[in-house]
Order: sequence, then C-alpha cells, then structure tokens
Amino acid sequence: MLNLKRLSRRDVLRVGASGAALAGAGGALALLAPVDSRASQSAGHGTTHPYDPQTGSGDSEHDGHSMSMTVGDVGPDAIGIDPTAYLTTFDYGTASTFPSGQTLREYEIVAYDKEIEIAPGVFFPAWTYNGQVPGPTIRCNEGDRLRIRFVNAGSHPHTLHFHGIHSAFMDGVTGIGRGNIEVGEAFVYEFDAKPFGCHLYHCHSVPLKRHIHKGLYGAFIVNPDPEKHGERARSRHPDYDESKEWQEHVMMMNAFDTTFDGANEVYAVNSVAFHYMKHPIRIERDRPVRVYLINITEFDPINSFHLHANFFDYYDHGTTLEPTLRTVDTIMQCQAQRGILEFSFAGFEPGLYMFHAHQSEFPELGWMSAFEVVE
Amino acid sequence: MSDTALPQPARPAITPLDTSDPELSRWSLKWIGLGLLPLILLAGVLAIIVATDGGLGERAAPPIETLNVQRVTLPELNEIQVSVVNDGPDAITIAQVLVDDAYWSFELDGGATLDRLESTTITIPYPWVEGEAHAIGIISRNGVVFDADVPVAIESPDSDGETFLRFALIGFYVGVIPVGLGLLWYPFMRRLGSGGMRFILALTIGLLVFLAIDMFGEAQEIALSVPAALNGPLLVPVVALLAFLALMTVASRRSDAPRRGLAVAYQIALGIGLHNMGEGLAIGAAFALGEVALGVFLIIGFTLHNVTEGVGIAAPILRDQPPLRHFAWLALLAGGPAIPGVWIGGFLYSPFWTTIFLAIGIGAIVQVVVEVSRIIMRGAERENIPWMNWTTFGGVTAGLAVMYATALLVAG
Repeated sequence: MLNLKRLSRRDVLRVGASGAALAGAGGALALLAPVDSRASQSAGHGTTHPYDPQTGSGDSEHDGHSMSMTVGDVGPDAIGIDPTAYLTTFDYGTASTFPSGQTLREYEIVAYDKEIEIAPGVFFPAWTYNGQVPGPTIRCNEGDRLRIRFVNAGSHPHTLHFHGIHSAFMDGVTGIGRGNIEVGEAFVYEFDAKPFGCHLYHCHSVPLKRHIHKGLYGAFIVNPDPEKHGERARSRHPDYDESKEWQEHVMMMNAFDTTFDGANEVYAVNSVAFHYMKHPIRIERDRPVRVYLINITEFDPINSFHLHANFFDYYDHGTTLEPTLRTVDTIMQCQAQRGILEFSFAGFEPGLYMFHAHQSEFPELGWMSAFEVVE
Repeated sequence: MSDTALPQPARPAITPLDTSDPELSRWSLKWIGLGLLPLILLAGVLAIIVATDGGLGERAAPPIETLNVQRVTLPELNEIQVSVVNDGPDAITIAQVLVDDAYWSFELDGGATLDRLESTTITIPYPWVEGEAHAIGIISRNGVVFDADVPVAIESPDSDGETFLRFALIGFYVGVIPVGLGLLWYPFMRRLGSGGMRFILALTIGLLVFLAIDMFGEAQEIALSVPAALNGPLLVPVVALLAFLALMTVASRRSDAPRRGLAVAYQIALGIGLHNMGEGLAIGAAFALGEVALGVFLIIGFTLHNVTEGVGIAAPILRDQPPLRHFAWLALLAGGPAIPGVWIGGFLYSPFWTTIFLAIGIGAIVQVVVEVSRIIMRGAERENIPWMNWTTFGGVTAGLAVMYATALLVAG
C-alpha cells in the first residue's frame, strides 16, 4: 500500500512539471531587472571580493539577484591566465621581415593537460593550448606570413585547425594533410594571414566534440590593411592612431560539461562562470568599445549576446568594414560563428551595464557579465 | 589428542580436550595467545597492504565522489535546506549549488569538505514557488552533480506544539481507531464454529503475508536512499531474519500453554504496530514533502485498510476470554506506534532508521504467521482433519484480497 501511495506522488510530480517551466520563465524576467553587482559576492566560503574600489569590500549584504550566482571567487590563475587580463592580451608573435617586405610572425603553441577552475571550487580536467583556456589570442595583420610551431605535450593526438585561408596540408585535421600531431611530436603550420576578420583556431582531432569542449580553442584576429581597404580599416589596425581610442576585448563564449553527459554545467565568456559579474569589465565612457566575439560552445546549437541599455553595430566574421547588422542589442551565433561588435557609452550615466546570453538558461549557469562604465 | 596412541582402554578412544593439562587450561596465557594469533597476523597483513597500496601502486584515478541526499525541507519562505551525507569511500568537497539549473548562493553548517559518512546541511536562500516542483543540484569540486528534488514546494511543518498534536491525531486516526474498531468484531467472531474460526485465522495469515510482502517492497525502496556504505538493501532481509529469530526464541520460552492465545495476539499486535509505525513514517514524510493535498484521502485509505488488522489480532484469542483491558492494550500496541511514526516521518525522517524499523516489522510479522499457522494446525489435529483445506485456503485468499482491495484506496 505504501508504494501505491508513491504512485500518486509521481502524479503530483507530473502536474508540477508544467509549473516548474513557468517558474523558469519568471526567473528569466528577473534577470532583466537592474542588478547592483557590487552586492554580487554571496555568502559562504568566507572569501572576500577583491574588486570593488568604492565600497572597499564585496562582502555586502545579499540583495535580490545577487543570490543567483556562484559562491566565492576563483584563483587569479584559474584558467591559466587572469580572466580579466585575457580580454586584452593579444599575441603578435615574434616579428621579422622577409626581403620581400612581408612580415613574418612566429609563434609557439604547446598542447598539454591541465586542470582549470571554471567556477569557484569547481575544477575541470582540461586540454589546453599553452596552459590556458581559451588559448592565447593570436593576432596579426592581413598578409603577414605566420609560422606556428605546434608541440603536442598532451595525452592524445591534437592539431591546430585555423579558420582562415590556407593549403589543405596545413588544415590541421585528422587524416588530411599533415593530420594528427601525435603525443611528443611537433609541427610548424605556415600560411599567410587572410582574410582579415575575427576568426578562431581549435583542435580538429577526433572525436571532435571531446577535443573542442575539453578546451582546445583560441581567438585568431587578422587586422585589415588600410592600404587595401581604405580609411575605415584604420581603427582596427594598431599601426594607425585611429585605433588608439578603441577599447578592445576578446570574448569566447564557451561552456563545460563537467559530468561528461553531453550537456553543459557551466557557461561563460572566457571560461569562468559569472567572472565578469564579480569583476565587471571597466569601460571608459567616452571611448568606443569593440568586442571580438566568438562562439565555441559545444553541445548547444547556438549561443547569443545581449547588451543592456545600449545597441551595437555587428560585423559578422569581422570580414567586412561595413556592419552586417546595424543598431541591434542581441545577436546569435552557431558554433564557430563569430563577429565584431562596436558600440559606445558616450554620454551614458556611469554604472553597471550587463551583457549575457539571452537563452535564460545560459546566464543562470554562468554566462552573465557586466561592463562598469566610468567617466 | 597426543595420548590416543597410548594403551588406555579405560578411556574412550576420542576424548575431549584434557582441561587438566595446565599448559592448555582455559584463560591460560597460551590459550589467549592462540586466540589472538590470527588477529595479530591479520593486523600485520593489513599494515603491509596499506603500506604498499595492495600492490596496485599509486592511485591515479580521480577520487570517487558520492553524496547521499537525506532530506530536503523548506523551513520558511525563501529558504531550502538539504541534508546530505558523504557515503563514498573518499572525501568530497561541495563547490557550488544549482537550483532549477541556476547557480545559487548557499551556506553550509560546517566545512565544505566532507569525510566518509560525514554529513552537512546546505541552506539555500531560494524564492521557491508554492505548489510547484524544484530541482536542486549539488556540484562537487570535480564537477559531479548530485540531484535533490522538491516534488511539491510547501513550507515544511514547524515542530511546534500544534503541529505535534495534529500529527498525533493523524497517527491516532490511522492506527489506534481502525485497530480498535476491528477488535469490536471479537464478540461476532466468537460465535463462529470451528470452520469459521479456521477461516478467520487463515484470513489473518493472508492479511499478515500481504503486510510482510508490502513492507519488504517498501523497505527495499527506502533502503535505496540509505547511504550506500551502510548497505540498506542488504539490511532489510538480515534485520528481518534477526527479528524473526529473536521473536521465535522469546516465544518458545513461554511454556504456560493456557495463555498462549493471548501471547500470540500480543505478538501480532507488536508486528502490526511496527508496520503501522512504517505507515506513520510514510504519512509524516508525505506531509513534510508537501503532499498535504493527498493527505486526507491517504488517511481515509489507511484507516479503512487497517480495520482488518483488528480482526487479525482478535483471531487467536477467540477461545479465551481475556479481560477487557487486554483489548485496549492490544489496540494501543498495534495502532499507537503510528503516532511516533508520523512524528518521526514529519520532523526527522531518516531513511536508515525507517529501513530498520520496517525490517524488524517484517521479521515480527513472519514470526506471527508461523504462530497463527501452528494454532490452525493444532486445531486441525484435534478435529483430525487436514490443516490445509479449502476453508484455510479460502481464508488466506480472502485476507490477501481484502488487503489488496483496501490498498487501492490508498493509491488515490
């Protein structure tokens, strides 16, 4: 008789399921409400919030939405690099010039296994490029010759597969051209950087899903050549003064399946859940902002980016100098899709402006961030 | 036995150990040493295994993380509490908590790292929605997610006096009242002939067998949420067997035959009492989990279901005519435990103790089945008829059928 009673409990559960869906929608609405991230540090674990200069402490009292976040903070080297430093770290390699005048840029990338901290206290056994996830941001100018020496010091065969234009031999795919770089082997990938734009590189060994979601990916940015494309290209090229005022940030939308069941437990930009909520990205109000946004999320078909209280121009793949979308506040990307966002907070009230995926599930699982706009 | 080679015809060829030998006399140091020797060697072997990792070498695999959710309560609005125990072989660190697939803040009542069989309570300030379901995920250091459920969110009962009384009343309705009402059939049953008596006794066996099977299923289900290290599913048959043997031992000591019927009645009442305690636990736990909507119907179902238990208790004493007070005690013994059952289920439900109680109940009921069968057999012997005939079979069938039918009421 007692187990028959259990049956009825399950009936109640079934009724409750539709209610739970409604509750989820309510949570989504709550996310849109203004949030004071200074109160973002939640109770527990006794860690302090190192960021906020105004209150001097992040251990402020709970208020509303600050509950909806991880507890504590990650170590400074959580993903092999400070997530805030990652935003603005561009690797131009070791540059030299060919007699022809072409610039040669040489890089070294080593793949090895390393545990990273993707949420406070939650560790993920990652496969990394140079010990960080995402890997280093490789940046160069259009037309540069790139030589990237790849060393596999990991535990499985890996490759470097660049999204760009190159020969089949250099494609970095299992079974094609040079193919897999076995453990202990090294190989130099060499090609000219084109087309200009916001690209990425990743491991293309099989099984592909595993090699990607374990952390083998990074941003690959090719600056447009103003001599070829005119004045508009100048703001994206570091040799020109027009680029100086821009505040550029690299964001890779990624996620981690900690239970290895084909669904993600942690979503983020740049690996650490809620990191830029706990440490908002500082923006000088009167200087324009450019975001190199790349989606490398595994398992979910799309990811998205939504900016609060502002609109932006969007350049899909970054391969054009004219926006492909104008004045939007939300865009979506499938895996490996990427683009450049340009916007400005000039004249805005200083304060916190959120940005996050707009599938409510993702922000609640970590892909929630904020700009702190200051005068 | 070294002396068997010597010609000593006066003594049997095989003699017990010669205790007169001072070397081997009881409690001598040597004797104690012989008893301890295997233990000392065992300790040595264990030390070697620990020191050398049992020849397996350094353990390279990540630690095995398991976490057992003991209880989820909603003590107030905007608060969820989850009690967990580490039932795995290695320590586990609780890193983050999810509610409905959203990371949420939380507090622990101790450190984040739990050693083997260590427990903690997680307090989550979550605005739960009344009447709806919530899912909680607890994430370990290595990203393993352990699930806990709130099937229907409703504020958990406070352990104040009023709730205490309310729960006692439920236990009274479910336990004491129906058993007492069932016992009121006593005068009616006394007028039955020997065939009718046998039918009623067989019916009792049917009732009890149904209860034992039902309790076994329930105990196994609850045993699944007992921390794995305590091996809940194994405990059920083992504890039931021990309870059965203990009660058989107690029962066989009683040689005062005239009071045998009453003694059996008390034994039945005890077994049924443990069973009703299990029912009380289930009802209390249902209330704690917020299934109050089911509660009233559940109470009606259990009440009807338990009326038949009174018949079972009265069956062995139809030939005696015990003083009236015994009926009150029997009703209390069989029905009363439902009251503490509801209290425990509602306030401090523990899968481990529930499993133990249910297992004891199974052993008690099986023992009573044996006793009642003996009464039937003895009666059949007196009348010189086979004890297993269509009357007996009909009674058992009727007992099972009645229990099955009234159990449907509980199904809601």
